[in-house]
Amino acid sequence: MTWETLLHYKWGVMAPEFIILGVATALSLIDLFMPNDQNRRPLGWFAVAGVVVAIISLTGLLSVGTTSILYDTFRLDAFGKAFKLLLLTGAALVLLLAMDYQPKEGVKYQGEFYYLFLTALLGAMMMTSSGDLITLFVGLELLSISSYILAGLRKAHHLSNESAMKYVINGGISTAITLFGMSYVFGLTGSTNLKKIAMQLSTLQDSGHQYMLALAFLLMLVGLSFKLASVPFHMWAPDVYQGAPTPVTAFLSVVSKTAGFVIVLRLFISIFAAALSQGKEPSSMLLSMQDYIAFLAGATMMIGNTVALKQRNVKRLFAYSSIAHAGYLLVGFAAMSWVMVDSMWFYLAAYLLMNLGAFAILQTVTDQTGSEDISQFAGLYRRNPLLAIMMGLFVLSLAGIPGTAGFIGKVHIFLGAFATEPAHYVLAAIMIATTVVSYVYYFGLFTQIFFRPAAHHEPLRVPLGVTIVVTVCALGTFVFGVMPGLLYHFLDQFQHFSDFLR
Amino acid sequence: MNDTYFLSLLVFSPLLGIVLLAFVPKTQEQTIKLLGFLATLPSLLLALFAFGQYLRGYDLSRLAEKHAWLQFGKYSFLPDSAFSVPYELNVDGFALVMIVLTALLATLAAIASIHIKKEWKGYFMLFLLLEIGMLGVFAAGNLLLFFIFFEVTLVPMFFLIGKWGYFEKEKAAYSYLLYNGIGSAILLLVILILFARTGTSNIAALQDMLRDPQGAAQMLAPISDDLRYGLFIALLIAFGVKLPIVPLHSWMLRVHVQAPPSIVMLHSGVLLKIGAFGLIRFGMGLFPEQFERLATFIAVLGVINLLYGAFLAFVQEDFKMVLAYSSISHMGIVLIGLGALNEAGIQGAIFQVVSHGLISALLFLLVSIMYERVHTTMLDRLGGLAKAMPLVSGFLLAGAMASLGLPGMSGFISEFTAFLGLFKAEPMIAAVGTLGIIMTAVYLLRAVLNMTYGATTHNVTEVADIRTVELVPVLILMGCIILIGVYPDMLAQSLEATIQTMMNGLGG
Repeated sequence: MTWETLLHYKWGVMAPEFIILGVATALSLIDLFMPNDQNRRPLGWFAVAGVVVAIISLTGLLSVGTTSILYDTFRLDAFGKAFKLLLLTGAALVLLLAMDYQPKEGVKYQGEFYYLFLTALLGAMMMTSSGDLITLFVGLELLSISSYILAGLRKAHHLSNESAMKYVINGGISTAITLFGMSYVFGLTGSTNLKKIAMQLSTLQDSGHQYMLALAFLLMLVGLSFKLASVPFHMWAPDVYQGAPTPVTAFLSVVSKTAGFVIVLRLFISIFAAALSQGKEPSSMLLSMQDYIAFLAGATMMIGNTVALKQRNVKRLFAYSSIAHAGYLLVGFAAMSWVMVDSMWFYLAAYLLMNLGAFAILQTVTDQTGSEDISQFAGLYRRNPLLAIMMGLFVLSLAGIPGTAGFIGKVHIFLGAFATEPAHYVLAAIMIATTVVSYVYYFGLFTQIFFRPAAHHEPLRVPLGVTIVVTVCALGTFVFGVMPGLLYHFLDQFQHFSDFLR
Repeated sequence: MNDTYFLSLLVFSPLLGIVLLAFVPKTQEQTIKLLGFLATLPSLLLALFAFGQYLRGYDLSRLAEKHAWLQFGKYSFLPDSAFSVPYELNVDGFALVMIVLTALLATLAAIASIHIKKEWKGYFMLFLLLEIGMLGVFAAGNLLLFFIFFEVTLVPMFFLIGKWGYFEKEKAAYSYLLYNGIGSAILLLVILILFARTGTSNIAALQDMLRDPQGAAQMLAPISDDLRYGLFIALLIAFGVKLPIVPLHSWMLRVHVQAPPSIVMLHSGVLLKIGAFGLIRFGMGLFPEQFERLATFIAVLGVINLLYGAFLAFVQEDFKMVLAYSSISHMGIVLIGLGALNEAGIQGAIFQVVSHGLISALLFLLVSIMYERVHTTMLDRLGGLAKAMPLVSGFLLAGAMASLGLPGMSGFISEFTAFLGLFKAEPMIAAVGTLGIIMTAVYLLRAVLNMTYGATTHNVTEVADIRTVELVPVLILMGCIILIGVYPDMLAQSLEATIQTMMNGLGG
């Protein structure tokens, strides 16, 4: 590779990534040379500003057509643009939460807090735009390793330590499994480029090889379920969510999960949709694996929603709730209808807004006493009616009640499940039944907020960052629930991600 | 009059009240109650105006409105309008009657809400939201919109029961939430299966596609016969929870007893009727063939409802429980009428929906007036009411008479026509059902006579009789009941077109 070829690339399409990388580097240097006793809050604003600039540069790129650089290891297509937007928005909101995070012992490593979020974000963004197994994996690891550190950032807090430890061990196992699966794919095709792999696999006729490929699929699915927090790698979620600092929990439940779905879609659609499978009637490998995905989706919804019923700790409750939501999203994936990517994007957007909003309020309420018991929410309506109503909105949206974005998202996923032939009645029935089960714990929060007398009587002070997050999320949840046309109109420009494989 | 926004205005006018209430300090009890009452008036006036115009021959289809709202993506291989959900409202005679009933009961229930003791502001905001949901259900022009309004009633009801109810209010609220959550979940599945397979959720368009084979060609994916049965039975269960049909009724007993009486007026007067409305509009309207096949089964379910409710009402100790079981029993008559599958039967069923809405609202209004004074609804502690509260007990007796079907009142007309229909179709089942009518007289008279003429108990002495503000709604309800009783043609006229469409679908 010479300088000429290197300069020849359209580096402009990587602008958002470069901005995040630049800000993260600058922050780490500033943090290093800043006196220890200085307030690091401005660094947080700097990080938020960086993410906002990245979002602006991304909107500038929206009109740019599909571009591929660096031998197709980085590609800017509709899929990448749409999901990067979600990741960046989520990260900006999480950073705002992080600035107002006040645990009892204070945050010792506030600077690290900010730039680790950014490196994790960078990893996630790389994944959305990757056309190669290597860059996909590097992005995944960058996200994971940053998250491991973030989870353990409360050094003196034993639950935080436990959470980081569990996270890193589970993460290591799942990464190994994913990598093992990838090695099969590489072995069968001799390439790491997704397009070349797809081309090779479309000519693969030998049933022994196809068997091996199916094995690779399952290994990767199982390994990646760690990032989605879905069955079978969901066990870490409650412990890690509980122990990690609240903004990190919010990050894991939203940005990291979105990134998980990004890699799942990217990898499986580009590789396995083209591969042949030897069933009763020949179809694509992806379609023949539908039942396995559907099984995992069903199990995820059932486990998430039923175990959530018994939780008293709100962070654990939200951990199981987020497992359940991963299940709903997997239904969209398992259905493999033509609305698949659209519906999952919409659901992830809605989930981002409602879940981050709920976490913002959760952080404010739990920070004040340090306890995370559900009773901390008792009498919230008396202490701060507006905040209580906002929380009500987020929880209603999570429960999928009409008038909120969560409902439209669920409808879209159901639509996908019913629009295919044969329709996925069983899966949809499980989804709707578990949604009703989820009413119990979501409305349980309501009984605390609205019916119970207050445990503390002092009015609840809401810091600036949290106010911004709650406002943005509430507006989004409500407006996209009542006028979902706005978001769908925006989605139309991506033309259903048809340039995915091109 | 700008026709295009008339229905929207009608449905969403309580919103104005919600916004205004938000600015009133929460300690201003009188202002809040007055505002809450006033906010229900615009809908009522608009509904009455439309009804008056309709009776004079105004074409309701001119009220229909339609605006683009949402499309689940445009796909090149699908027709342009596929998977779009417009915001569309329209009414026919049946829906308009239900809207008038809803608006009327909402206003009267707002008056009855003077007995609410705490947090009036939150109460009335939720109350008005509930009204929007109920009005919207009847005006919705497509299934998805119907479902959205249907669910909009769910959340305010949960809070109204759970916060302002009696001792076991939270349990009642949860039981309400779960049963209705399951009911609406099943309903959502049906709606979305139809939507995904046909690409539309417009009720009229679906009727075309499902009823005649030519329309079926427009579907995106076929709907097999088996699937139709499945969908119909799912609808029967979904609306059966709401109605309620007997094995699915336990939640509504709790709600009747635990919720504040002003809310029960709406619950029993309107919300239960949404079940009947849905069953007629969607069960019968979209799946006439399946309905016909299962008609006998539905009639039998109706008779079970009727008898089960009647016999259990007879042994209740609490007057509210008597009324709750009486509601179950009376909803049986709706099923009986529908099961008859002929014009008289369907007319009787719809009459019963309206009539029972008025009667149960009246009875619960009286319960609320009574409870306010004697703080109990247990029958054995209410003896001798006639001496202390002659007017209240007089009205109670009149309400009971209307409920048991005394000629000259609305209950008689509906029960008579419904049974007339069933005797024509299934004389054996109808004969068994008449036993229920007798039982109705027995349990209602037992309860009411116990209360009015029984031995005087100490807590009943020295209580004031009805006040003017309470008297007005009672008189209005009595007036409507008698009006329908002596001049049923007014109602029959407005329902004629709807019933005719139903009969066409049934191949009659």
